[in-house]
Amino acid sequence: MEYEITLVTTMAISVLFALSLNLITGFCGQISLGHAAFLGVGAYTSGMLAKAGVPFLLTLPLAMLLAGALGIVVGLASLRVRADFLAITTMGVGFLFVGVVRQQDALGAEMGISAIPDAGMSKAAFMLFTVALAAATALLSSYVRRCWMGRVFAAIAEDEDTVRVLGIDVPRFKLTAFALGTALAGLGGGLYAQQLKFIAPDSFGFIESITVLSMVVVGGIGSVIGVTVSAAVLSVLPSWFQVIGDYKLLVYGGLLFLMMRFSPGGMAALVTRIFHRGRRPAK
Amino acid sequence: MSALLRVGAVTVRFDGVTAIDDVSFDVNQGELLGLIGPNGAGKTTMLRVITGVVRQTAGTVLLDGKSLDGLPTHRRIRRGLALSQQIVTPFRRMSVIDNVALAAGADRTASPLKALFHSGRKRELEIGQQLLARLGIAPQANESPEIQPMGILKRLELARSLALTPRLLLLDEPLAGLNSKEARLLADTITEINRSGTTIILIEHNLGEVLRVCRRLVVLDNGVKIAEGEPTTVMNNAVVRSAYLGTGAAAQTGEQHAAA
Repeated sequence: MEYEITLVTTMAISVLFALSLNLITGFCGQISLGHAAFLGVGAYTSGMLAKAGVPFLLTLPLAMLLAGALGIVVGLASLRVRADFLAITTMGVGFLFVGVVRQQDALGAEMGISAIPDAGMSKAAFMLFTVALAAATALLSSYVRRCWMGRVFAAIAEDEDTVRVLGIDVPRFKLTAFALGTALAGLGGGLYAQQLKFIAPDSFGFIESITVLSMVVVGGIGSVIGVTVSAAVLSVLPSWFQVIGDYKLLVYGGLLFLMMRFSPGGMAALVTRIFHRGRRPAK
Repeated sequence: MSALLRVGAVTVRFDGVTAIDDVSFDVNQGELLGLIGPNGAGKTTMLRVITGVVRQTAGTVLLDGKSLDGLPTHRRIRRGLALSQQIVTPFRRMSVIDNVALAAGADRTASPLKALFHSGRKRELEIGQQLLARLGIAPQANESPEIQPMGILKRLELARSLALTPRLLLLDEPLAGLNSKEARLLADTITEINRSGTTIILIEHNLGEVLRVCRRLVVLDNGVKIAEGEPTTVMNNAVVRSAYLGTGAAAQTGEQHAAA
């Protein structure tokens, strides 16, 4: 039972993390290749605070706040550069995070932080807690998509210059997407630190950023259900198949490439296409 | 009549090239002003100065007596401008009506917070339906812009800018790419929009339609204002004729008149 509980907790955290990137990249069209850095900011904030004696539940909003604040700073880059240049900038941010953390003795440097105090929840209770938060994130995502903010995000993703001409403050909406998405990544980081009780800089590097991006792309950029399913499945694959764990970058990078090449809309589009083909009346 | 828009001594230089040179004109409340001139005259640059996409090197733009200088595009739009672009830019992943409803939701999209706490759009869809009906493209409401011909897209572009309920509508070559019948119909629609109270600046190369619907023209050539006034007077102006037909044309037409 213990194994299943760990597995579901891992899945829930991955789903939450992937949905957080989906808000930025899927809804608002702003690519990020350094999203794991915000998972890291959340994990380190929560872990350090917990070690300093702050109750776990209180560390989560603070982790979100710090990750969201840094997310806005990175979001400012999106106001200057677009598309491929934004990809490179965010990738740089990811490397910067790992590079800086590695050098900070206060943050445990290469060794990371271990023995993060327990939240006092049983493993099963913590699993339910993470599942509830992941579900809440999915609900929030679905709501955002349906409200006016989601409509503006979708328009910005398609053609932000035209959105400006409609009198919409594009920079503020983009920064909001970054703030929301990175704050949620921070929440995921807090949960991650609590689950493992140990964090190190390498857990938040480029490979993790690519992994989460491939979860979003495979699920179907922007699709809440698609991303939820793909994050859940892709997050447990490495623990089922040792080889995937060993060749993570190859597998997830390959998936990313295959999806972009053959089904840019991800599994969500693939399923829709098959479904529609089945229903199309014969002519 | 009072001036709704006042363009005062605007100059635009790009890397030493003067695109607009000390141009001033007023747009009066309720009028349909034609802004014409040969290719490269600076008409579109002038619209970009008004909408804030291009910053002028010198001069000022006033809307209702208040300066627009330094304001970003979206704030100028919220002051009462709307732009219908020459190259149509529908959101292709939204339906025709969704395009218009998005613009009609300006109240909802004023800030991210407002946008987050509002989801209904019954009113905006109603406004959208009305505008599509007014422009004669209601049957296409739920279709994708991707499959629409240019005539429909031009009307969609216009409907979307009208959804902003502008006080001053800027139309950049709305008739370009249309056949003569479509152009005539759309020019009639533009006249009707103007009659119902929207002030319009119309940039257009289709001189036949411009002369038919505009009651006042401003003519630019090489970034300089060369004439302003009633269409017939302006078009008989020798400087305007030579700008359009090339140097010597004025003299030639003069000779023809003499011969006749």
